[in-house]
Amino acid sequence: MDFLNALVALSNFVIIPAIAYGSQLALGALGVTLIYGILRFSNFAHGDTMAFGAMLAVLITWLLQSMGVSFGPLPTALLALPFAILGTMALVLFTDRVVYRFYREQKAKPVILVIVSMGVMFIMNGLVRFIIGPNDQRFADGERFIISVREFKAMTGLKEGLAIKTTQGITVVVAVICVALLFWFLNRTRTGKSMRAYSDNEDLALLSGINPERVVMYTWLIVAALATTAGVLYGLDKSFKPFVYFQLLLPIFASAIVGGLGSPLGAIAGGFVIAFSEVTITYAWKKVLKYMLPESLEPSSLVQLLSTDYKFAVSFVILIVVLLFKPTGLFKGKSV
Amino acid sequence: MKKLLLASAAGALLAGAASAEEIKLGVILGFTGPIESLTPSMADGAELAMKEVSDSGKLLGGSTVASVRADSTCVDAAAASAAAERLITSEGVKGIMGADCSGVTGAILNNVAVANGVVMVSPSATSPGLSHTNNEDNGLFFRTAPSDARQGVVMTEVLMEEGIKEVAVTYTNNDYGKGLADSFQAAFEAAGGSVTINAAHEDGKADYSAEVGALASAGGDRLVVAGYVDQGGSGIVRAAIDSGAFDTFHFPDGMISDKLQENFGDEIEGSTGQHPGTDSPGAAKFSELVGGAFDATSPFTPESYDAAALILLAMQAAGSSDPAAYKEKIMDVANAPGEQIFPGELGKALDILAGGGEIDYVGATAVELIGSGESAGNYRQIVIDGGKIATAKYR
Repeated sequence: MDFLNALVALSNFVIIPAIAYGSQLALGALGVTLIYGILRFSNFAHGDTMAFGAMLAVLITWLLQSMGVSFGPLPTALLALPFAILGTMALVLFTDRVVYRFYREQKAKPVILVIVSMGVMFIMNGLVRFIIGPNDQRFADGERFIISVREFKAMTGLKEGLAIKTTQGITVVVAVICVALLFWFLNRTRTGKSMRAYSDNEDLALLSGINPERVVMYTWLIVAALATTAGVLYGLDKSFKPFVYFQLLLPIFASAIVGGLGSPLGAIAGGFVIAFSEVTITYAWKKVLKYMLPESLEPSSLVQLLSTDYKFAVSFVILIVVLLFKPTGLFKGKSV
Repeated sequence: MKKLLLASAAGALLAGAASAEEIKLGVILGFTGPIESLTPSMADGAELAMKEVSDSGKLLGGSTVASVRADSTCVDAAAASAAAERLITSEGVKGIMGADCSGVTGAILNNVAVANGVVMVSPSATSPGLSHTNNEDNGLFFRTAPSDARQGVVMTEVLMEEGIKEVAVTYTNNDYGKGLADSFQAAFEAAGGSVTINAAHEDGKADYSAEVGALASAGGDRLVVAGYVDQGGSGIVRAAIDSGAFDTFHFPDGMISDKLQENFGDEIEGSTGQHPGTDSPGAAKFSELVGGAFDATSPFTPESYDAAALILLAMQAAGSSDPAAYKEKIMDVANAPGEQIFPGELGKALDILAGGGEIDYVGATAVELIGSGESAGNYRQIVIDGGKIATAKYR
């Protein structure tokens, strides 16, 4: 029984939150990695693209709610998601047309594009704050829990409770669908194959008649869809606040680099590595150990490796270690 | 014999008449600086008490009271000390109503008031650093606002009465949160309780599940959230409820607002809390007395009236305007036993004191001085009942 209690406490505070957070990071990192693989620069504006997409979803959700539309037990934001993706696609295509294309035609170095993307980041950041303001916005509705703590305790009779929030369930399901679609697209469709060809060797791809502008456009469309989905899922699960997305940039980049920049599979693995490290290192293990260990060995302290204030430091450390010892990442991406 | 009696009676009368003087009181507040919008009505409040006493003609055989204002600047200790020095040495004030901000109040007290032996009653300095346990102030410093540490003590009393012996504490990572959490932890442990964890949280984060994970691991009967309801405090409570880490909470003042019941309703049923508040009729009587002359509800204005009133009533009780004599009487007039005195009844209080009676000055803020002479403060204890914030009692 004690073992079960330990397992439940661990799931409740570590495993389930980390899986949800990892899925959100993975979706974000996929976007970063695609841009890096195909357009060949690190897109610092990615976090704010997520914020913009999530903001559109929040606004459309409010509109739907005011019209009395709801999605039953699921959050209305899922209905708003497709519209938000369309809006974000329009924004990134517009940005590409007026900003990035100019530098692409100049054959600008990646480092210049990185700095350009920082400029874009600040503009998008300002745009989002200008439209919706810098404050917290709540837009989650529908059922809050798949299993609530009370139900779980009544069901199992265990001392520890387990909660699975609807948003956590949705996050995982939607992330799996997105990733499956993405891999199907990249591996099975003509456009996907041309994108991979362009990524592997630009010159050869051009020689074989692939239209680069088309590839770039499709990349942006996919990235917009991924970013909006990641942003909406994160906002639903936690809360929507523009500045938070800016801060998310660090763990997202850490995920993409740890997995290997340019490798979609690596981005997903990296997302989960970062999420689990952040959560397990800042978790206080006292409760779990109390169930697992005999009484004589019970810890009196919290057994917390790092205070939760240092959550982001964990991504930093992992990032530095990976860059020092395995610069191409776990999945042999391109070196940075 | 008869003549002697007469003569001594006449002498007493003469002495009384001779002692009727113009007593000057200093009003040192930050008329310029960060709280300059508050100080005019604070000074008006203090001067209202002086006028009431002067008009009654009953203070020390008909003495009148004059106010001398000086600028504390709220932030500049040197300027404040110079102003206080001027009031005492060249104006000859017998007591100081002030100062306002904690920093300059400490500076004036240590540099000027103690050296010159002048009583200070501050209406608004709340720093725990100004509580003098070893009589460093020679018994000269009083305040009609509670120390920030006081809420920690009140919070301990509330929890102890509820039978809670073990709590986890989380605070917003700033001076307010940390000060409150630390003073609470000290008081709670002194009362025999135990604090399993005392951890900070940052405001403005999207997700507090990691913080709550640590709090849950430490455990406790109740979670004390010394944060802000519009900020991380609500995030912590939300994450704690969602993960089933805690069912009931205790909320200090930063958490208690309509937003709390709007956000959580009956999910936090049975939670407790406290924030400054009083059901004393003094506040209403003070507003009535002020009429429209100035804003009677402006922060620290009632406290200012009470501060000035306490100085004058203590003079009457001591029969002298000498600070060394009347400083002993301030605690007596402020606290029971005796007849309760509300704003507008200072004349009556002077009569009672002149007749050798005792008073219990309640004033506009239900003054009760404790410890080395600071307000106990008044707190409204609340409980979440049926999803609504309900008053449990006042303490």
